[in-house]
Amino acid sequence: MTPEAVVNIRDVSFSFQTELNSLLVLEGVNLTVEPKDFLGIVGPNGGGKTTLLKLMLGLLTPQCGSVFVFGQPPRKVRARIGYVPQYAQVDGSVPADVLDVVLMGRLAHSTWGPKFGSAHIDAAHDALRRTDTQDLARRPIRTLSGGQRQRVLIARALAANADLLLLDEPTTGVDAHMEKGLVDLLKQLNDAIPIVLVSHDVSFVSTHLKRVVCLNRTATIHAAHDISDDVVADMYHMHVQPVRHDESCGHAGHGEPQ
Amino acid sequence: MQFFEDMAINPFLLTGLLAGLCASLSCGIMGPFVISRRIVFLSGAIAHMAVGGIGAAIFLAHRFPYSFGWVHPLHGAVVSALAAAVIIGLLHDRVEERLDTLIGSLWATGMAAGILLIKYTPGYQTELMSYLFGNIVYVTPGEVRMMIILNVLIIVTVLLLYKRLLAICLDRQQAELQGVNVVAVDILLLSLVALTVICLIQTVGLILVIALLTLPAATAAHHFTRMAPMIVASTILAALLTTVSRVAVYGTRISPESAIVLCAGAVYLLSVFIRRMRRARAVSTKA
Repeated sequence: MTPEAVVNIRDVSFSFQTELNSLLVLEGVNLTVEPKDFLGIVGPNGGGKTTLLKLMLGLLTPQCGSVFVFGQPPRKVRARIGYVPQYAQVDGSVPADVLDVVLMGRLAHSTWGPKFGSAHIDAAHDALRRTDTQDLARRPIRTLSGGQRQRVLIARALAANADLLLLDEPTTGVDAHMEKGLVDLLKQLNDAIPIVLVSHDVSFVSTHLKRVVCLNRTATIHAAHDISDDVVADMYHMHVQPVRHDESCGHAGHGEPQ
Repeated sequence: MQFFEDMAINPFLLTGLLAGLCASLSCGIMGPFVISRRIVFLSGAIAHMAVGGIGAAIFLAHRFPYSFGWVHPLHGAVVSALAAAVIIGLLHDRVEERLDTLIGSLWATGMAAGILLIKYTPGYQTELMSYLFGNIVYVTPGEVRMMIILNVLIIVTVLLLYKRLLAICLDRQQAELQGVNVVAVDILLLSLVALTVICLIQTVGLILVIALLTLPAATAAHHFTRMAPMIVASTILAALLTTVSRVAVYGTRISPESAIVLCAGAVYLLSVFIRRMRRARAVSTKA
């Protein structure tokens, strides 16, 4: 554990409680994000990727273990975390243009009343420039393509002056050409701030990212035969800091639903 | 015009017009939020809970004239509609019950309670009908005053909380991350809808509340892509619909409430048609 770690996750377990049973999603997860990190989290659906992001944001609280961001509980530093949700999160049918959406990243700093101040508007335009979307400022959000929309959501996260960027499945709904542009943008942003990116797209993560963590349901697993694929095999060579897991896996079925 | 000549001798024509304008203002402001947040049917449930409150108020005032003689049906509507807004706002996040189930139960029980209470009020049948189907022909100056107060409340709240209301419509989770108390803002939005419903009960009646809250806003949504212009457009449209339709059918046997809603529906359909034409032209010029 380094004191300057941006994110510090220790022995975290989390389960979703319902009336009848509880579903264990994460167990004994350890993870640190360093400054300048560009960390990918991959794993099958239901593997707990989004849950882990929500723990980092303080939207969920772990039953066991601890999560610290910038050395503090996540809820206290939310204003410093830029979060880019999954594609479908923003309601495209709401009447708003791109600038309206990006300004929502300034909401925590804004006052009462119907309008954002000029300082906020400048910050929003600046975020649009950094994501190369300044031409879209007055476009209605429902007219954007997948790639444009993703950039706008990144701009929204940047508008908050984020010191950490969390992205959930940024390549969903983005074609190969746009994906390349998106990666270049993220790499450029990574010069200044650490980035954590969740994806089910193993090849995308393994080609572009500095570090990769494989996350699966009950524990973090990094076994090659889990998702048997040459590309994945390559990915495991890239493990700089493999995630320790407290529970060893049975022989039958890594990642299979139990 | 006969309508404006008669206005000098019949004060109810003026109060009716004013009531229509008040209703237009509140539904013009809230309608865009209602359709954006997708709570049209929630608003319907709140409206029917208001009937329960109206029934209770009428029952109390007539059964116990000495203690509750001062109670006006609208008082009951305000209390029960606001209570419904708070209940729905609190429950829909916590309870596992599906939202449409919750809406259905509130809808039916509110209505049933209202009808039952009216039935047990001696010598009382007519007034409930005026709340169900509206009565823009006989609105009293006192009722217009109350609508103006409600409108001021709605305008001030929306101006203060505009950004937060837009934020929960766009992306609830993002709003929460930005430190917005999303449950509180949700309850506030529903409460504003409840106040709007009460405004509208007077004029077009409960059954048609949904139409006036939805149709002008949906029409405006065809032509405006930002919230603020959409609010202005749907307010103007609603004001035109209530006023023009009312004046046009004056002296005929057509009921003004039905005329207003049918016109709103017709304008909406026309707008759908215009938008289709415009898109078709855009496609053909591109090709």
